[in-house]
Amino acid sequence: MAAVVVEGLGKSYPRAETPALSDVSFQVEAGEIFGLIGPDGGGKTTLIRILTTLLLADHGTAAVQGHDVVRDFRAIRSLVGYMPGRFSLYQDLSVAENLAFFATVFGTTVEANYHLVADIYSQLEPFKTRLAGKLSGGMKQKLALCCALIHAPEVLFLDEPTTGVDPVSRKDFWGMLGRLRDGGITIVVSTPYMDEAARCDRIALVQKGKIIALDTLNGLLESHATETFAVKGKALFPILNDLRAYPGTRYCFAFGQEHHLVLEPDAGGPDAALAYLRGRGHEGASLRPTRPNIEDVFIDLIHEQTHD
Amino acid sequence: MTEWVIEAENLTRRFGDFTAVNAINLQVAAGEIFGFLGANGAGKTTAMRIFCGLLEPTSGRATVAGFDAMTQAEQIKRQIGYMSQKFSLYGKLTVKQNIRFFAGIYGLSGQQVKHKTTEIVERLGLATAADKLVDDLPLGWKQRISFAVATVHQPKVVFLDEPTGGVDPIVRRQFWDMIFEAASRGMTVFVTTHYMDEAEYCDRVSIMVDGSVAAIGKPADLCAEHGVANVDELFVALARKATRHGD
Repeated sequence: MAAVVVEGLGKSYPRAETPALSDVSFQVEAGEIFGLIGPDGGGKTTLIRILTTLLLADHGTAAVQGHDVVRDFRAIRSLVGYMPGRFSLYQDLSVAENLAFFATVFGTTVEANYHLVADIYSQLEPFKTRLAGKLSGGMKQKLALCCALIHAPEVLFLDEPTTGVDPVSRKDFWGMLGRLRDGGITIVVSTPYMDEAARCDRIALVQKGKIIALDTLNGLLESHATETFAVKGKALFPILNDLRAYPGTRYCFAFGQEHHLVLEPDAGGPDAALAYLRGRGHEGASLRPTRPNIEDVFIDLIHEQTHD
Repeated sequence: MTEWVIEAENLTRRFGDFTAVNAINLQVAAGEIFGFLGANGAGKTTAMRIFCGLLEPTSGRATVAGFDAMTQAEQIKRQIGYMSQKFSLYGKLTVKQNIRFFAGIYGLSGQQVKHKTTEIVERLGLATAADKLVDDLPLGWKQRISFAVATVHQPKVVFLDEPTGGVDPIVRRQFWDMIFEAASRGMTVFVTTHYMDEAEYCDRVSIMVDGSVAAIGKPADLCAEHGVANVDELFVALARKATRHGD
């Protein structure tokens, strides 16, 4: 049985020009980490709030662990753990008090389920008498995860748990999620960081209320393997501007210490592009084929949508 | 001779017995894009607040645009631009009203304000959105307008505190196009980010660990020196050595 089944979900907010979600369908398998990846305003939070029974959809149906999100909302609430995007623990309760509170609300105790959070909570234990409001960002995030886990949920919903968190803390956090998944918990997690796709079993790219692609990371990379060239050179910004002015360029974007260039099919290929760059005074410029990464795929998909 | 727009010399800031910034040294040249990296709690925000004239150093020296952070904080505030995700535009004002408001705050004349408003609206392609409330605009537009507003008075240096969170890969790069363009006109850009590919767009970066500058230099040179493939790996290698946690 799939852990989450979504069929034709739609949701609009008053005043908004475009729907927050339109005709979204997918399934999350039990025991996988399913990533909702895309920019803010794309509909990720709306989707998670519908699945955690905090918001009603206008159209379509959704079920979590076989329970309908409208009819069986009570059953779902005790089966899922939810970590909202905004820190929503009690800032004037201590670390230990917050954890005990969430355990009690769900009719259990910290002792009964401590094994679920031990890995993460042990890092907070030295600060357990500190008020939650006085914790650092990274520690708040860990406490929120503990509080979402303490009633032994079957499905965990995490809304942008790593936004604004530094790369090292992000890597640690994903390590924790991997161990929870290995322990049998299904995880649905949203993120604006494309590189985190590599940590998910499957990902849905979400943009403007729609899922524009859904697959494993490797599946996505293989099915969207647009021929891409990495361009290097001394004066990167002028090179970028010159490449964008080149008639054979479909699009070109900066990627760290190089640019990724996609050419129009009839543009004379990489040799013509390189000759053009040399002609514009970029003598030392180089151009070689490169393997597109997840950001290239996302850019390609957005580009297709806006230029069709 | 290189003109240094930001200079820190043994710059230190303590809060009680906690040393948030511990004797850091760095220099940022005019027109440079400087990436100021570090884990949460490494001391970036404290250092940035000193550079912006919002916090006095405990010891050591910081000068920004030629003014001393200890004694000339007010002059510094006039010479810099500042933008962050948290503090930027007024959502209940229109785009034009925001530009007019910030330009007025920075002391531009009525004529200049008019000129600047037209120029920014044109440059950002905002003609259809100029009279809309900022709250109703997509995040990527807000970020670009914030940048335009933070630089409306042509400051020598602009401080960007995690300016690009939460937008798609194209919009994130469009923001960097604005940074490149500003730097090519001679503006100094001092930027913090958690996107390590953005760190590689910088002319130079520094990485703070536990209040100190653990590395400073050109991204490619630093990667070669530490035997890593990219700034992400460099960051992880250095930040893992941190002994203090949280901010």
